[in-house]
Amino acid sequence: MGYEPQADFGTPEVLSEITVTLTIDGRPISVPAGTSVMRAAAESGGSIPKLCASDNLAAFGSCRLCLVEVDGMRGTPASCTTPVAEGMVVHTQTPRLQRLRKGVMELYISDHPLDCLTCSANNDCELQDTAAQVGLRDVRYGYEGASHLGLGVDSSNPYFDFDPSKCIACSRCVRACDEVQGTLALTMDGRGFASTISAGQSADNFLSSECVSCGACVQACPTATLQEKAVKEIGKPERAVITTCAYCGVGCTFRAEMRGEQLVRMVPWKDGKANRGHSCVKGRFAWGYAHHKDRITSPMIRESIDQPWREVSWDEALSHTATRLNAIKAQHGARALGGITSSRCTNEETFLVQKLVRAGFGSNNVDTCARVCHSPTGYGLKQTFGTSAGTQDFDSVMDADVILLIGANPTDAHPVFASRMKRRLRQGAKLIVIDPRRIDLVRSPHVEAAHHLPLQPGTNVAVLTAMAHVIVTEKLADEAFIRERCDWDEYQDWAAFVADERHSPEALEAVTRVPAADLRAAARLYATGGNGAIYYGLGVTEHSQGSSTVMAIANLAMATGNIGRRGVGVNPLRGQNNVQGACDMGSFPHELSGYRHISDGATRALFEADWGVALDPDPGLRIPNMLDAAVDGSFRALYVQGEDILQSDPNTHHVAAGLKAMDLVIVHDLFLNETANYAHVFLPGSTFLEKDGTFTNAERRIQLVRKVMEPANGMSDWQVTQALANAMGLGWSYSHPREIMDEVARLTPSFAGVSFARLEEAGSLQWPVNAAHPDGSPIMHEDGFVRGKGHFVVTDYIPTDERTGPRYPLLLTTGRILSQYNVGAQTRRTENSIWHDEDVLEIHPTDAENRGLNTGDWVRLASRTGETTLRALVTDRVAPGVVYTTFHHPSTQANVVTTDYSDWATNCPEYKVTAVQVAPSNGPSDWQRDYDAQARQSRRIAGHAEAAE
Amino acid sequence: MNVDTLVMMANQIARNLAARGEEVAVAAVAEHIRDFWDPRMIKALHEAARDSLEPIARAALTRLGDSG
Repeated sequence: MGYEPQADFGTPEVLSEITVTLTIDGRPISVPAGTSVMRAAAESGGSIPKLCASDNLAAFGSCRLCLVEVDGMRGTPASCTTPVAEGMVVHTQTPRLQRLRKGVMELYISDHPLDCLTCSANNDCELQDTAAQVGLRDVRYGYEGASHLGLGVDSSNPYFDFDPSKCIACSRCVRACDEVQGTLALTMDGRGFASTISAGQSADNFLSSECVSCGACVQACPTATLQEKAVKEIGKPERAVITTCAYCGVGCTFRAEMRGEQLVRMVPWKDGKANRGHSCVKGRFAWGYAHHKDRITSPMIRESIDQPWREVSWDEALSHTATRLNAIKAQHGARALGGITSSRCTNEETFLVQKLVRAGFGSNNVDTCARVCHSPTGYGLKQTFGTSAGTQDFDSVMDADVILLIGANPTDAHPVFASRMKRRLRQGAKLIVIDPRRIDLVRSPHVEAAHHLPLQPGTNVAVLTAMAHVIVTEKLADEAFIRERCDWDEYQDWAAFVADERHSPEALEAVTRVPAADLRAAARLYATGGNGAIYYGLGVTEHSQGSSTVMAIANLAMATGNIGRRGVGVNPLRGQNNVQGACDMGSFPHELSGYRHISDGATRALFEADWGVALDPDPGLRIPNMLDAAVDGSFRALYVQGEDILQSDPNTHHVAAGLKAMDLVIVHDLFLNETANYAHVFLPGSTFLEKDGTFTNAERRIQLVRKVMEPANGMSDWQVTQALANAMGLGWSYSHPREIMDEVARLTPSFAGVSFARLEEAGSLQWPVNAAHPDGSPIMHEDGFVRGKGHFVVTDYIPTDERTGPRYPLLLTTGRILSQYNVGAQTRRTENSIWHDEDVLEIHPTDAENRGLNTGDWVRLASRTGETTLRALVTDRVAPGVVYTTFHHPSTQANVVTTDYSDWATNCPEYKVTAVQVAPSNGPSDWQRDYDAQARQSRRIAGHAEAAE
Repeated sequence: MNVDTLVMMANQIARNLAARGEEVAVAAVAEHIRDFWDPRMIKALHEAARDSLEPIARAALTRLGDSG
């Protein structure tokens, strides 16, 4: 599309079944009751002048430009705050209104720099447009009086500037921060003429304030007061392409606003159903990695990992790789080969990688990074409900009365959804937080959890079973729902199990460290507080009982009837942008797309007929099994697309040993990541800006990814995989990712109705999309569970084998921070590092004092597996006995410390529970120095200066 | 394959399914291993010292052997 600003109807859409008909400027229009006159006029094609109104903010009635005349009504009411009424007759343009608006506009302009020609918002400025709209021709007050024109620019934020001289005090930025983002970092400071926007306290600038750089204020600003630095540098965009963010599992859609081939800015798309026009600092601003100097754009090969890389042509790289793969297959058999699909790549790309492994390599040794995050979700929800996915859309949270948040930190990891959640909490919904840490949502402006259960890490199942005990023994279960929708006999078995006194909150308090009274109160609130919705994250899944916890969550939802309608449900907050999609596409070694087991002959026959090749009927190796088998010598070659297992997977030493043991490691990525230190072939990847395809977010929403610029390496990732397949002789001929999705659709019942054409038409679709659900399925299990009757599963609490003791007395749990993403390969190569340039260890003041530690001190973090060093942050956000860190920086390598313990059902690593000791340190450990030296050695490229990591 | 790891995994599965009662648990453990383990892992477990397997896991392994 060409460049047009997004339509702004002035006030939010109103949903009402009652329709009101009125007349605006002689034209009749019918709108939902409660709609503002301003919005009604906009919907009828009119345009009432406005400055303080925007359709993502509540009407404010401040700028006095949107005045209208209404027959029978005195005065000139503001159209933004005046609701429509049946039979109302409105006039939006009269001599009186014109005179009033001009007068108001004169006042605005008398204190505004008239530098339009050199202003970065020239021709993209609502103030400029409105001045033209009201016919302003002169300003009677002159420009000599007191003004704000000399105020300095706050350039502290790396992505946008604040120029107070251009501010018209409309408060849109303040309201956006309050209403849309929910951070309340901005305020209107001073009164009358002295009014000015202030971030944080008076001594703060934007960078030092509580501002989270979501960009909502920048988007809301009608002038150049808050504007992206990129627009200042590059100029106004000339076209926009709608695409989908490649960061977290929220799946925000953006307008990539371009000048030529240059990306000027990413602006959240108002019609995006996942983000509803909002964004976070990553998706909005952190895209500079796409052009970072570290990006590798030429294929490279080497015979051994101690050699420097050698740049080669695509033909040579692909031919060499195919020859090596075929040779290893001939010598060691098909099961010696495997691949890892990427949750950052598109559905079409992951589908091709798993197809290459199954149909080309001839094994089922394919896995994906969901192995280390949400594989227990897939297992647990399939067992209980029959589908490996969450039950709701994001909009559903606005109908929740009680939100139970367990093992998730949405304000850091899923910030755009967190803003929706906070909006609902400000409206009065109650919040229960189950988390060892005092996450921001426990208490933040205008949000306070009704209950925070700070459990001992590793005791999720015990806590949830105790909650179930309360619900069953206090007769709070929804028996009618259970009898109708679930297996009653199984429920009775489960109810008898949880009702046992050994599962009472009091009996388990010594294990969970959650006060029994608090747990009982939380259970009662969830069961009786109206619509109860459970949201969870990796604090649930990344445990030795991750799958049990997911099933325990499902049990609670079924027992209380909180499933199958809006406002309730079980909602996994997926980590990466396409974790859901990668799982859907058959990336697990035991199942084909649509979660159908590889041993099922009928399903396998479908694929065999389509692909023209016989498939291995046995499950393949999962990632940790591949590494074990590599050390054992039975697994010899690995193709890794868009994944950095050396940094992201547990027990770094073991991962390194596995990779080192392989004959051939092929890394397909944007950068020479940590895994590439052990690779023999590097195939350069493409960013989400350089490809077409689809991502599927945490709400099962399939959305189009659209190419906005040509791939820097010459090929999108799906083309690279196809070229490798063809080098192996497979004869693939896809000309566009839409053809891959057509193949997915014909082979996968839950995707039967999906096509690029349907996605273009609908904007997005939530699977299943098929004959029964042609427009998709925002809410699952509405009329019954996919598996038939809901399945209650007895989940016994089994303590992890990882135990604290005298040598390792503390429990380490790991997580994420807002500004960095996963292993940081992308965000560390952006200005986001200004907020987080190193991983730090959070430690409770008592534990710090016992060790003589202060904030900023270097500490040695040691476990039975390994040790690293990092700086301490003394904080009571963590409980005594618990320490916390992130894993965004390879210089820390937090996973040197984490163990091989994993979920019993899926092998999802137990990142959240590692027994550690913390002690003062003088700086980086020997291991860190050795690793850094090895990494530098490994990244050498023949003929180049040393490549950056 | 690292036999110690496989034994630990099998025992862990058995412990997590034990609450279903021994008979059901044995069948469930066998089914789980058949559904999710690569054949070389099952083969290696068969060759492991059965003494290190807990009773439910050991019975499940026997059942896996019986069913091929």
